[in-house]
Amino acid sequence: MPRLFGYLARRVLQAVPIVLGIAVFNFFLLHLAPGDAADVLAGEAGGASEEYLAQMKAKFGLDQPLYVQLGRYLANVASFDLGFSFRHNMAVTELIAGRLPATLLLMVMAVALAFVVGIVLGVTAARHVRKPIDSIVSIVALLAYATPIFWIGLMMILLFSVNLGWLPSGGMQTIGADLQGAAYVWDIAQHLVLPTLTLALFYLALYTRLMRASMLEVYGQDFVTTARAKGLDERRVAYRHVFRNAVLPMVTMLGLQVGSLLGGSVLVETVFGWPGLGRLAFEAVFQRDHNLLLGILLISSLLVVGVNVLVDLVYAKLDPRIELR
Amino acid sequence: MKDFLRRFARNRAALGGAVILLAVIAMALLAPVLYPGNPWDMVAEPFLAPGADPGYPLGSDMMGRDLAAGIFHGARVSLLVGIVATAVALLLGVSIGAVAGYFGGWVDDVLMRLTELFQTIPAFLFAIVLVAIFQPSVTTIVLAIGVVSWPPVARLTRGEFLSLRSREFVQACIAMGMGDLRIIVLHCLPNALAPIVVTGSLMVATAILTEAGLAFLGLGDPNVMSWGTIIGAGREVLRSAWYVCALPGIAILLTVLAINLFGEGVNDALNPKLKNR
Repeated sequence: MPRLFGYLARRVLQAVPIVLGIAVFNFFLLHLAPGDAADVLAGEAGGASEEYLAQMKAKFGLDQPLYVQLGRYLANVASFDLGFSFRHNMAVTELIAGRLPATLLLMVMAVALAFVVGIVLGVTAARHVRKPIDSIVSIVALLAYATPIFWIGLMMILLFSVNLGWLPSGGMQTIGADLQGAAYVWDIAQHLVLPTLTLALFYLALYTRLMRASMLEVYGQDFVTTARAKGLDERRVAYRHVFRNAVLPMVTMLGLQVGSLLGGSVLVETVFGWPGLGRLAFEAVFQRDHNLLLGILLISSLLVVGVNVLVDLVYAKLDPRIELR
Repeated sequence: MKDFLRRFARNRAALGGAVILLAVIAMALLAPVLYPGNPWDMVAEPFLAPGADPGYPLGSDMMGRDLAAGIFHGARVSLLVGIVATAVALLLGVSIGAVAGYFGGWVDDVLMRLTELFQTIPAFLFAIVLVAIFQPSVTTIVLAIGVVSWPPVARLTRGEFLSLRSREFVQACIAMGMGDLRIIVLHCLPNALAPIVVTGSLMVATAILTEAGLAFLGLGDPNVMSWGTIIGAGREVLRSAWYVCALPGIAILLTVLAINLFGEGVNDALNPKLKNR
């Protein structure tokens, strides 16, 4: 246990320069953006006098030299203060915290679905390599891999909501229904189906292809031949010997995909009106709320760093040959 | 080269990809000839279903714009953005990876930290932020996609250069007193090119998907017709005119699929021993 703790502490320390780098980067992007917060507010009010503008700039510290502003920004970030969203009239951290659970729910469900089904399909394809079932799985995976995520979302709405009327086409819950307990959970679950399927599809294809390739690679190793030579049946070889080794690269992949999942959820949340971080980012773009947009970028990057630490821990647990360093 | 072509031609999937890809390229090249007008012009009756009017085989959208013209012109934008953005990413990634791998030491450390930094920021979200801040145009979209997609190239190139660095022919060049730049460009790079080309060809597909996603969100260049833009606008009429969304999506799917098949075909033909992957 103390080793685990030491490892975690070290990983957090290693993440500090990355987070710092992203924060500095964020600060300069914010400054490159045409017009600062005072200009935007003044424009909103339909013009403002010079004095008022200067007063506003002083209030936000925008009249200070750049390095002072940078220092202040970093100090704020360190204390989890990402500034204020004038559009929503709320602190950026508060806004993000309110929207994060919906996005996490969507991401976790999509990854779980993609991971489990991807493994099943990948193993099936690899066990029947070059047979019809392998070809079918591979072709479907190829198609899903090339499909634009927002487009398949719209097509699913068309099929399952508009034509068949099975599932709701958007939102997270039925508006005005005011449900309690099990009915509330069931309502959210129904709203969750299409967004989850849409977000999962691409990763499903990816994991299927990866699992198939990984299984085939392990099949070629000597210990598999040994297992067969000692008379084990194919089933046992596949699940006890090959599968356990082939699943390891999948876990690595999981960590690498977090950032891309967050990007995908911007599109999925926009298509389905899912009230998460991605939808918030989309709104921020059109409200020219740069402070909020960059806050979302920073928090998302932190999420990526965090999940990768978690994946390393899981990896070490799954493969005792790997030591936490 | 002959071997390569023979192996490529034997791969039916890759050949199919090449054929679709050629068709899309032909669409892009023929767009100004077949549809000389501006694809944004309202030329037809609105909401024509595909096939309803032989003059507009793919129908028209809610403003009476010819969908076939939009899809042909969209092919230009998709291919242009995909290829140029990949070129930007390759230029950045190969330069950074080559310098890091060749020089090693602290240069490598600094550059790899930078790569890690860029790899941590979620790519699509980062692209959205860049395009939103610098205003959408073909140039900002291309640069944004390039800036968010170079890290994997840098890692790949660095790996190749690290192993090339210790090879005898490179050591011989160093012993002869050849300049670093010359060794990197004329001696190491040609030997690292094969995997970079394969990665690059697959990156074009990702870049096209990214551009479509940005345009769908309303971050496309307002002056050019893009497949993602048509889908984004057609969303409003999904219930009454589904084909406005469906058709450009199929165009994106086929293009991306073709590039993936082609890229994998090139990879398999270059590395015949890895056929099973």
